[in-house]
Amino acid sequence: MKSLLLSILLLSFLPVLKSQDIRITDFKGLEPLLNQQNDTTYVINFWATWCMPCVKELPYFQQIHDEFSQEKVKVILVSLDFLKHLDTRLKPFLQKNKLSPEVILLNDPDSNAWIDKVSPDWSGAIPATVIYNRNFRNFYEKSFTYEELQTIINQNLIQK
Amino acid sequence: MKNILFALLLITTSITQLSAQGYKVGDEAVDFKLKNVDGTSVSLADFPEAKGFIVIFTCNHCPFSVAYEDRIIALDKNYKAKGYPVIAINPNDPEIVPADGFKEMQQRAAEKGFKFPYLFDEGQKIYPIYGATRTPHVFLLNKDGKSLKVAYIGAIDDNSQDENAVSQKYLENAINALLSGNSPDPDFTKAIGCTIKSSAK
Repeated sequence: MKSLLLSILLLSFLPVLKSQDIRITDFKGLEPLLNQQNDTTYVINFWATWCMPCVKELPYFQQIHDEFSQEKVKVILVSLDFLKHLDTRLKPFLQKNKLSPEVILLNDPDSNAWIDKVSPDWSGAIPATVIYNRNFRNFYEKSFTYEELQTIINQNLIQK
Repeated sequence: MKNILFALLLITTSITQLSAQGYKVGDEAVDFKLKNVDGTSVSLADFPEAKGFIVIFTCNHCPFSVAYEDRIIALDKNYKAKGYPVIAINPNDPEIVPADGFKEMQQRAAEKGFKFPYLFDEGQKIYPIYGATRTPHVFLLNKDGKSLKVAYIGAIDDNSQDENAVSQKYLENAINALLSGNSPDPDFTKAIGCTIKSSAK
Protein backbone atom coordinates (compact mmCIF):
# COMPACT_ATOMS: atom_id res chain seq x y z
CA MET A 1 0.00 0.00 0.00
CA LYS A 2 2.79 2.31 0.91
CA SER A 3 4.57 1.65 -2.35
CA LEU A 4 1.32 2.28 -4.26
CA LEU A 5 0.93 5.64 -2.57
CA LEU A 6 4.52 6.40 -3.31
CA SER A 7 4.13 5.58 -6.99
CA ILE A 8 0.97 7.70 -7.22
CA LEU A 9 2.87 10.51 -5.61
CA LEU A 10 5.74 10.01 -8.05
CA LEU A 11 3.39 9.86 -11.02
CA SER A 12 1.72 13.08 -10.02
CA PHE A 13 5.11 14.77 -10.14
CA LEU A 14 5.95 13.30 -13.51
CA PRO A 15 4.39 15.98 -15.73
CA VAL A 16 6.27 18.65 -13.83
CA LEU A 17 9.54 16.80 -14.17
CA LYS A 18 8.86 16.22 -17.84
CA SER A 19 8.08 19.85 -18.57
CA GLN A 20 11.51 20.89 -17.35
CA ASP A 21 13.18 18.53 -19.77
CA ILE A 22 13.75 20.91 -22.68
CA ARG A 23 15.87 19.90 -25.61
CA ILE A 24 17.98 22.72 -27.02
CA THR A 25 18.99 22.43 -30.62
CA ASP A 26 19.93 24.32 -33.77
CA PHE A 27 17.83 23.89 -36.91
CA LYS A 28 19.88 20.92 -38.08
CA GLY A 29 18.78 19.06 -34.97
CA LEU A 30 15.15 20.00 -35.45
CA GLU A 31 14.93 19.31 -39.19
CA PRO A 32 14.43 15.50 -39.00
CA LEU A 33 11.31 16.05 -36.88
CA LEU A 34 9.81 18.09 -39.71
CA ASN A 35 10.36 15.31 -42.24
CA GLN A 36 9.30 12.00 -40.70
CA GLN A 37 7.78 9.39 -43.02
CA ASN A 38 5.59 7.32 -40.74
CA ASP A 39 1.99 6.91 -39.57
CA THR A 40 2.22 9.62 -36.93
CA THR A 41 0.60 13.01 -37.53
CA TYR A 42 3.00 15.66 -36.27
CA VAL A 43 1.65 18.97 -34.97
CA ILE A 44 4.64 21.30 -34.70
CA ASN A 45 3.95 24.72 -33.26
CA PHE A 46 6.50 27.56 -33.32
CA TRP A 47 5.93 29.92 -30.39
CA ALA A 48 7.56 31.99 -27.65
CA THR A 49 6.62 32.99 -24.10
CA TRP A 50 6.51 36.67 -25.09
CA CYS A 51 4.24 36.11 -28.10
CA MET A 52 0.70 36.92 -26.96
CA PRO A 53 -1.25 35.13 -29.72
CA CYS A 54 1.02 32.09 -29.23
CA VAL A 55 0.37 31.92 -25.50
CA LYS A 56 -3.35 32.25 -26.14
CA GLU A 57 -3.47 29.17 -28.37
CA LEU A 58 -1.09 26.94 -26.35
CA PRO A 59 -3.98 25.41 -24.32
CA TYR A 60 -5.44 24.16 -27.61
CA PHE A 61 -2.22 22.34 -28.45
CA GLN A 62 -2.23 20.90 -24.92
CA GLN A 63 -5.81 19.79 -25.51
CA ILE A 64 -4.84 18.10 -28.82
CA HIS A 65 -2.00 16.37 -26.98
CA ASP A 66 -4.49 15.11 -24.35
CA GLU A 67 -7.49 14.25 -26.53
CA PHE A 68 -5.48 12.41 -29.18
CA SER A 69 -3.24 10.55 -26.73
CA GLN A 70 -4.71 7.23 -27.94
CA GLU A 71 -4.02 8.10 -31.60
CA LYS A 72 -0.80 8.46 -33.52
CA VAL A 73 -0.53 12.19 -32.98
CA LYS A 74 2.54 13.98 -31.67
CA VAL A 75 2.47 17.58 -30.57
CA ILE A 76 5.83 19.38 -30.40
CA LEU A 77 6.16 22.93 -29.10
CA VAL A 78 9.18 24.64 -30.65
CA SER A 79 10.06 27.67 -28.55
CA LEU A 80 11.86 30.61 -30.14
CA ASP A 81 12.64 32.22 -26.81
CA PHE A 82 16.18 33.54 -26.47
CA LEU A 83 18.59 31.02 -24.94
CA LYS A 84 19.47 33.48 -22.16
CA HIS A 85 15.82 33.33 -21.04
CA LEU A 86 15.72 29.52 -20.69
CA ASP A 87 15.83 29.47 -16.89
CA THR A 88 14.32 32.86 -16.16
CA ARG A 89 11.30 32.74 -18.50
CA LEU A 90 10.79 29.53 -20.46
CA LYS A 91 11.08 26.98 -17.65
CA PRO A 92 8.92 28.95 -15.17
CA PHE A 93 6.34 29.51 -17.93
CA LEU A 94 6.12 25.78 -18.71
CA GLN A 95 5.78 24.90 -15.06
CA LYS A 96 3.15 27.53 -14.39
CA ASN A 97 1.07 26.51 -17.40
CA LYS A 98 1.60 22.76 -16.89
CA LEU A 99 2.35 22.07 -20.53
CA SER A 100 3.08 18.41 -21.13
CA PRO A 101 3.86 18.10 -24.89
CA GLU A 102 7.54 17.89 -25.83
CA VAL A 103 9.19 21.31 -25.81
CA ILE A 104 12.24 22.09 -27.92
CA LEU A 105 14.15 25.35 -27.68
CA LEU A 106 15.27 26.20 -31.20
CA ASN A 107 18.44 28.16 -30.62
CA ASP A 108 19.49 29.16 -34.13
CA PRO A 109 19.50 32.96 -34.50
CA ASP A 110 20.29 32.95 -38.24
CA SER A 111 16.62 32.40 -39.00
CA ASN A 112 16.94 33.52 -42.62
CA ALA A 113 18.88 30.29 -43.21
CA TRP A 114 16.08 27.98 -42.02
CA ILE A 115 12.65 29.70 -42.26
CA ASP A 116 12.21 28.57 -45.88
CA LYS A 117 13.12 25.01 -44.89
CA VAL A 118 10.14 24.94 -42.54
CA SER A 119 7.98 26.43 -45.30
CA PRO A 120 8.60 28.88 -48.16
CA ASP A 121 5.21 30.38 -47.21
CA TRP A 122 6.48 31.44 -43.78
CA SER A 123 7.29 35.17 -43.44
CA GLY A 124 8.88 34.59 -40.04
CA ALA A 125 6.02 35.85 -37.88
CA ILE A 126 4.81 33.63 -35.04
CA PRO A 127 2.64 31.79 -34.18
CA ALA A 128 3.28 29.36 -37.02
CA THR A 129 2.37 25.68 -37.21
CA VAL A 130 3.23 22.71 -39.40
CA ILE A 131 0.82 19.76 -39.43
CA TYR A 132 1.95 16.72 -41.40
CA ASN A 133 2.11 12.99 -41.82
CA ARG A 134 3.23 10.78 -44.71
CA ASN A 135 0.08 11.65 -46.72
CA PHE A 136 -0.48 15.25 -45.80
CA ARG A 137 1.44 18.43 -45.12
CA ASN A 138 0.34 21.98 -44.48
CA PHE A 139 1.86 25.14 -43.05
CA TYR A 140 -0.13 27.80 -41.19
CA GLU A 141 1.07 31.31 -40.29
CA LYS A 142 -1.96 32.06 -38.13
CA SER A 143 -3.63 31.57 -34.77
CA PHE A 144 -5.80 28.51 -34.23
CA THR A 145 -8.94 27.66 -32.33
CA TYR A 146 -9.17 24.17 -30.84
CA GLU A 147 -11.91 23.23 -33.31
CA GLU A 148 -9.78 24.22 -36.31
CA LEU A 149 -6.89 22.07 -35.10
CA GLN A 150 -9.20 19.18 -34.28
CA THR A 151 -10.79 19.30 -37.76
CA ILE A 152 -7.46 19.32 -39.60
CA ILE A 153 -6.15 16.42 -37.52
CA ASN A 154 -9.36 14.37 -37.78
CA GLN A 155 -9.43 14.82 -41.55
CA ASN A 156 -5.86 13.66 -42.00
CA LEU A 157 -5.26 11.22 -39.18
CA ILE A 158 -3.85 7.85 -40.29
CA GLN A 159 -5.96 5.25 -38.49
CA LYS A 160 -4.19 2.63 -36.40
CA MET B 1 -18.63 48.86 -74.21
CA LYS B 2 -19.99 46.91 -71.29
CA ASN B 3 -17.36 44.25 -71.89
CA ILE B 4 -14.55 46.78 -71.86
CA LEU B 5 -15.82 48.25 -68.62
CA PHE B 6 -16.00 44.78 -67.14
CA ALA B 7 -12.47 43.98 -68.29
CA LEU B 8 -11.25 47.25 -66.81
CA LEU B 9 -12.98 46.41 -63.55
CA LEU B 10 -11.32 43.00 -63.52
CA ILE B 11 -7.90 44.52 -64.15
CA THR B 12 -8.35 47.12 -61.42
CA THR B 13 -9.49 44.47 -58.93
CA SER B 14 -6.54 42.25 -59.70
CA ILE B 15 -4.15 45.20 -59.30
CA THR B 16 -5.71 46.00 -55.92
CA GLN B 17 -5.33 42.37 -54.90
CA LEU B 18 -1.72 42.36 -56.01
CA SER B 19 -0.88 45.41 -53.96
CA ALA B 20 -2.66 43.88 -50.96
CA GLN B 21 0.05 41.21 -50.93
CA GLY B 22 2.68 43.88 -50.33
CA TYR B 23 5.80 45.01 -52.07
CA LYS B 24 8.43 43.01 -53.83
CA VAL B 25 11.91 44.30 -54.54
CA GLY B 26 11.73 46.66 -57.52
CA ASP B 27 8.20 47.87 -56.77
CA GLU B 28 7.44 51.55 -56.42
CA ALA B 29 6.70 52.50 -52.80
CA VAL B 30 4.02 54.97 -51.79
CA ASP B 31 4.66 57.94 -49.57
CA PHE B 32 2.56 58.39 -46.42
CA LYS B 33 1.73 61.05 -43.89
CA LEU B 34 1.84 59.73 -40.34
CA LYS B 35 1.91 61.19 -36.87
CA ASN B 36 5.37 61.37 -35.30
CA VAL B 37 6.16 61.10 -31.57
CA ASP B 38 7.03 64.82 -31.55
CA GLY B 39 3.47 65.68 -32.58
CA THR B 40 4.29 66.64 -36.19
CA SER B 41 3.20 64.78 -39.32
CA VAL B 42 5.98 63.15 -41.32
CA SER B 43 6.08 62.25 -45.02
CA LEU B 44 8.96 60.91 -47.08
CA ALA B 45 8.50 64.02 -49.23
CA ASP B 46 9.77 66.04 -46.26
CA PHE B 47 13.30 64.79 -47.00
CA PRO B 48 14.10 66.13 -50.50
CA GLU B 49 17.86 65.74 -49.89
CA ALA B 50 17.61 62.02 -48.98
CA LYS B 51 18.81 59.38 -51.47
CA GLY B 52 16.41 56.91 -49.96
CA PHE B 53 14.99 55.63 -46.68
CA ILE B 54 15.40 52.82 -44.21
CA VAL B 55 11.72 52.19 -43.41
CA ILE B 56 11.47 49.87 -40.39
CA PHE B 57 8.16 48.55 -39.09
CA THR B 58 8.88 48.11 -35.41
CA CYS B 59 7.24 48.64 -32.03
CA ASN B 60 7.68 48.95 -28.29
CA HIS B 61 6.60 45.57 -26.98
CA CYS B 62 8.21 42.99 -29.27
CA PRO B 63 11.43 41.50 -27.82
CA PHE B 64 12.99 41.34 -31.29
CA SER B 65 12.25 45.04 -31.81
CA VAL B 66 13.71 45.86 -28.41
CA ALA B 67 16.79 43.75 -29.16
CA TYR B 68 17.35 45.83 -32.30
CA GLU B 69 16.70 49.32 -30.84
CA ASP B 70 20.37 50.20 -30.32
CA ARG B 71 21.28 48.85 -33.75
CA ILE B 72 18.52 50.94 -35.34
CA ILE B 73 19.82 54.04 -33.56
CA ALA B 74 23.34 53.27 -34.86
CA LEU B 75 22.06 52.67 -38.40
CA ASP B 76 20.32 56.04 -38.42
CA LYS B 77 23.43 57.76 -37.08
CA ASN B 78 25.66 56.18 -39.72
CA TYR B 79 23.43 56.36 -42.76
CA LYS B 80 21.44 59.57 -42.29
CA ALA B 81 24.58 61.54 -43.18
CA LYS B 82 25.02 59.32 -46.24
CA GLY B 83 21.47 60.02 -47.43
CA TYR B 84 19.53 57.08 -45.98
CA PRO B 85 17.72 58.11 -42.76
CA VAL B 86 15.71 55.67 -40.64
CA ILE B 87 11.93 56.07 -40.63
CA ALA B 88 10.43 53.83 -37.93
CA ILE B 89 6.73 52.98 -38.06
CA ASN B 90 4.70 51.24 -35.35
CA PRO B 91 2.04 49.20 -37.17
CA ASN B 92 0.32 47.63 -34.15
CA ASP B 93 -3.22 48.27 -32.94
CA PRO B 94 -2.92 49.61 -29.35
CA GLU B 95 -6.39 48.22 -28.65
CA ILE B 96 -4.70 44.82 -28.77
CA VAL B 97 -1.26 45.83 -27.45
CA PRO B 98 -1.60 48.77 -25.05
CA ALA B 99 2.22 48.94 -24.79
CA ASP B 100 2.26 50.10 -28.43
CA GLY B 101 0.02 53.13 -27.90
CA PHE B 102 1.06 56.60 -29.08
CA LYS B 103 1.88 57.86 -25.55
CA GLU B 104 3.94 54.75 -24.91
CA MET B 105 5.77 55.34 -28.21
CA GLN B 106 6.59 58.90 -27.11
CA GLN B 107 7.89 57.52 -23.81
CA ARG B 108 10.09 54.90 -25.45
CA ALA B 109 11.47 57.38 -28.00
CA ALA B 110 12.41 59.75 -25.16
CA GLU B 111 13.99 56.96 -23.04
CA LYS B 112 16.12 55.70 -25.90
CA GLY B 113 16.76 59.14 -27.42
CA PHE B 114 15.51 58.27 -30.90
CA LYS B 115 16.87 60.85 -33.38
CA PHE B 116 14.68 59.50 -36.19
CA PRO B 117 10.92 59.76 -36.76
CA TYR B 118 8.94 57.11 -34.87
CA LEU B 119 5.57 57.16 -36.61
CA PHE B 120 2.22 55.69 -35.69
CA ASP B 121 0.37 53.84 -38.46
CA GLU B 122 -2.98 55.14 -37.26
CA GLY B 123 -5.82 53.00 -38.60
CA GLN B 124 -3.23 50.48 -39.83
CA LYS B 125 -3.35 51.71 -43.43
CA ILE B 126 0.32 51.71 -44.41
CA TYR B 127 1.75 48.37 -43.26
CA PRO B 128 -0.60 46.25 -45.46
CA ILE B 129 0.38 48.29 -48.54
CA TYR B 130 4.05 47.63 -47.83
CA GLY B 131 3.33 44.02 -46.93
CA ALA B 132 4.94 44.10 -43.51
CA THR B 133 4.02 40.99 -41.50
CA ARG B 134 6.24 41.20 -38.44
CA THR B 135 8.30 43.51 -36.28
CA PRO B 136 11.01 44.42 -37.01
CA HIS B 137 10.54 44.30 -40.80
CA VAL B 138 12.76 46.47 -43.01
CA PHE B 139 11.94 48.04 -46.38
CA LEU B 140 14.96 49.84 -47.87
CA LEU B 141 13.79 52.45 -50.39
CA ASN B 142 15.94 54.09 -53.05
CA LYS B 143 15.09 57.24 -54.97
CA ASP B 144 14.87 56.68 -58.70
CA GLY B 145 14.16 60.04 -60.28
CA LYS B 146 10.91 61.13 -58.69
CA SER B 147 9.82 57.69 -57.58
CA LEU B 148 10.86 55.53 -54.63
CA LYS B 149 11.83 51.95 -55.45
CA VAL B 150 12.00 49.09 -52.97
CA ALA B 151 15.64 47.93 -52.98
CA TYR B 152 15.75 45.45 -50.10
CA ILE B 153 13.19 43.73 -47.86
CA GLY B 154 13.84 41.76 -44.73
CA ALA B 155 16.06 41.51 -41.70
CA ILE B 156 18.62 43.93 -40.25
CA ASP B 157 21.23 41.19 -39.75
CA ASP B 158 21.53 37.48 -39.03
CA ASN B 159 21.51 37.50 -35.23
CA SER B 160 18.69 39.14 -33.34
CA GLN B 161 19.82 37.75 -29.98
CA ASP B 162 23.41 38.92 -29.92
CA GLU B 163 24.81 41.88 -31.80
CA ASN B 164 28.37 40.67 -31.18
CA ALA B 165 27.66 37.35 -32.88
CA VAL B 166 26.38 38.91 -36.11
CA SER B 167 28.15 37.63 -39.21
CA GLN B 168 25.92 39.04 -41.98
CA LYS B 169 24.82 42.67 -41.80
CA TYR B 170 22.16 42.28 -44.50
CA LEU B 171 20.74 45.81 -44.30
CA GLU B 172 24.08 47.62 -44.07
CA ASN B 173 25.41 45.58 -46.98
CA ALA B 174 22.32 46.52 -48.99
CA ILE B 175 22.74 50.25 -48.28
CA ASN B 176 26.47 50.10 -49.04
CA ALA B 177 25.65 48.41 -52.35
CA LEU B 178 23.26 51.25 -53.24
CA LEU B 179 25.87 53.84 -52.21
CA SER B 180 28.38 52.29 -54.58
CA GLY B 181 25.82 52.07 -57.39
CA ASN B 182 25.15 48.33 -57.15
CA SER B 183 22.07 46.24 -56.46
CA PRO B 184 21.82 44.67 -53.01
CA ASP B 185 22.60 40.95 -52.86
CA PRO B 186 20.71 39.38 -51.17
CA ASP B 187 17.81 41.78 -51.69
CA PHE B 188 15.38 39.68 -49.62
CA THR B 189 15.83 37.93 -46.28
CA LYS B 190 13.53 36.51 -43.60
CA ALA B 191 13.64 36.62 -39.82
CA ILE B 192 11.58 35.50 -36.86
CA GLY B 193 9.54 38.38 -35.48
CA CYS B 194 6.34 39.33 -33.72
CA THR B 195 3.15 39.23 -35.73
CA ILE B 196 1.73 42.67 -36.46
CA LYS B 197 -1.27 42.93 -34.15
CA SER B 198 -4.53 43.75 -35.90
CA SER B 199 -8.08 43.07 -34.81
CA ALA B 200 -9.02 42.56 -38.46
CA LYS B 201 -7.11 39.26 -38.50
